[in-house]
Amino acid sequence: MKAVLKLGFLAALAVITVGLGTLAGARAAGPSTILNVSFDPTRELYNDYNAAFAKYWKAKSGQSVSVQQSNAGSGKQARAVIDGLQADVVTLALAYDIDAIAKTAKLLPDNWQSRLPDNSTPYTSTIVFLVHKGNPKKIHDWNDLVKPGTSVIMPNPKTSGGARWNFLAAWAYALKRPGGNDASAHDFVSRLYKNVPVLDSGARGATTTFVERGIGDVLVGWESDALLAVRDLGPDKFQIVVPSISILAEPPVAVVDKVVDAKGTRAVAEAYVRYLYSPQGQDIIARHFFRPRLPAVAKKYASTFANVKLVTVDQVFGGWQKAQATFFADGAVFDQIYQPGQ
Amino acid sequence: MAEAITWGEARPNRQPATVPRTGATSEPAGVRWLLIGTAAAFLAVFLFLPLAVVFSTALEKGAFAYFKTFADPDTLSAIRLTLLAAGISVPLNVAFGIAAAWVIGKFEFFGKSLLITLIDLPFSVSPVVAGLVFVLLFGLQGLFGPWLIAHGVRIIFAIPGIVLVTIFVTFPFVARELLPTIQAQGNDEEEAALTLGANGWKTFWRVTLPNVKWALLYGVILCNARAMGEFGAVSVVSGHIRGLTDTMPLHIEFLYNDYQFVPAFAVASLLALLALVTLVAKSIVEWRTQS
Repeated sequence: MKAVLKLGFLAALAVITVGLGTLAGARAAGPSTILNVSFDPTRELYNDYNAAFAKYWKAKSGQSVSVQQSNAGSGKQARAVIDGLQADVVTLALAYDIDAIAKTAKLLPDNWQSRLPDNSTPYTSTIVFLVHKGNPKKIHDWNDLVKPGTSVIMPNPKTSGGARWNFLAAWAYALKRPGGNDASAHDFVSRLYKNVPVLDSGARGATTTFVERGIGDVLVGWESDALLAVRDLGPDKFQIVVPSISILAEPPVAVVDKVVDAKGTRAVAEAYVRYLYSPQGQDIIARHFFRPRLPAVAKKYASTFANVKLVTVDQVFGGWQKAQATFFADGAVFDQIYQPGQ
Repeated sequence: MAEAITWGEARPNRQPATVPRTGATSEPAGVRWLLIGTAAAFLAVFLFLPLAVVFSTALEKGAFAYFKTFADPDTLSAIRLTLLAAGISVPLNVAFGIAAAWVIGKFEFFGKSLLITLIDLPFSVSPVVAGLVFVLLFGLQGLFGPWLIAHGVRIIFAIPGIVLVTIFVTFPFVARELLPTIQAQGNDEEEAALTLGANGWKTFWRVTLPNVKWALLYGVILCNARAMGEFGAVSVVSGHIRGLTDTMPLHIEFLYNDYQFVPAFAVASLLALLALVTLVAKSIVEWRTQS
């Protein structure tokens, strides 16, 4: 009996060892494979861009490259890279998330943001509202969102970059109102979050909650996601409302030094982020509803993007480090104002 | 195989003998039909309707759109990964489950209750926690992660991590299904076999295993369904790299959030069908042994 047990145990052990060995050997890490870890609303953008870049790189260097793509909430993605997700390139929703990778895991230098033009943000976006066709709740600006009985869909600022832009845009609106100060902004944003029935973890999840599951009167989120939803799901169902003031969202990109040096993919990864600034890259960006940096491309797509008064996080909040510490850190303002079920 | 194993005569204890209804125990016809109707309606609403919705949405745009989904390389890769994870974790957990249930059911030893508690552990922790445990062990900031990653071994955000968490969350299924049956049977038949000169291996194949075959089959079905369907734990360690570390459940969510409803439900229907395969296999085995 004992011998049987022993034999079975050894056999199982052998199976595990062989199994894991095969898997470890099977992982293909060729020099021409890079991984772009991105935030939620860029799925369609990078789908197109990755194919275009592969073509460009093949023509330029003769090397074939396949770009693997991962999309989820920006904070979650930063956490995964810190925990060892081998991203050659990170393209996240806001600078703080890449700062976190630099500070916590030391995978890239602290000055990463000065290495590429425009603070390493090849495209911008902003926060707008998406409402049902005909705007039945008459929502025109931020102050309509805090009215009792208005159900507002926004993702969770703890995990979603877009949600942090939402939060700051609302705060900036309250500050800029006549007589606005930190106390009145605190009160305004608290009332806003009282109207939020569910907090999804990523921007795309919140969009799905609103457009598919039909929950809520208004979705607050990325302009790109709103434009995409109107195009894909029908202008007869939804319409966009542009508030009087919003925030200039600057989603940055960076090469992850430690990863590309270990994999030997620095050249192709750097070309990948540089090509975003080229006219071809900017055109793909604008086609997918992100605001391009190049004036020529911006002019071509001018009719796509609404004119809206935009404030920046540096002007109003003194940069992302400060904004994160004040509003989104553990026990900070967001934790004080958001109490589910109240 | 079929000749080597003579399935025993013992009836599984989960199938009680049917007792013919007599007038004394019979309810009035109205009550009977009310109860049967309630049960049938419940089944229709909670089991049949969701399944029907999955298949009808998948086939909304016709068979061509349905089958086009499975030409997509990312979808194929998700299917392959799910089959791989289930293909590794189910046999391992069958081997482990039989061994564990046998040891616990047939022998007394020190630390037995601790072992039972450990086997139940994956049932009692949330799948998300199970995933995070592996991040804490094998992540770059974790216990073994820095050394492993420095030596080029990727566990989490790669296929091995997905296989490992799948094994973890499906760990108790086979052992838990087998244990009550093995315990109920006691040692008498094995002792008789050994007295008659059978060796340990022969006793195991001819006496112990045939006695628990139905429980084992149920365990395998449950284990397989969970291995293929697991979302939470796998989501934590996957890294969501399309075409590489997306399993079928993760890929379904991705497609759904991408407004690709027909592909999303087409993959969902395939996942449902795959889980049904084991159910059909069980019915065939049942039917063949009865005839």
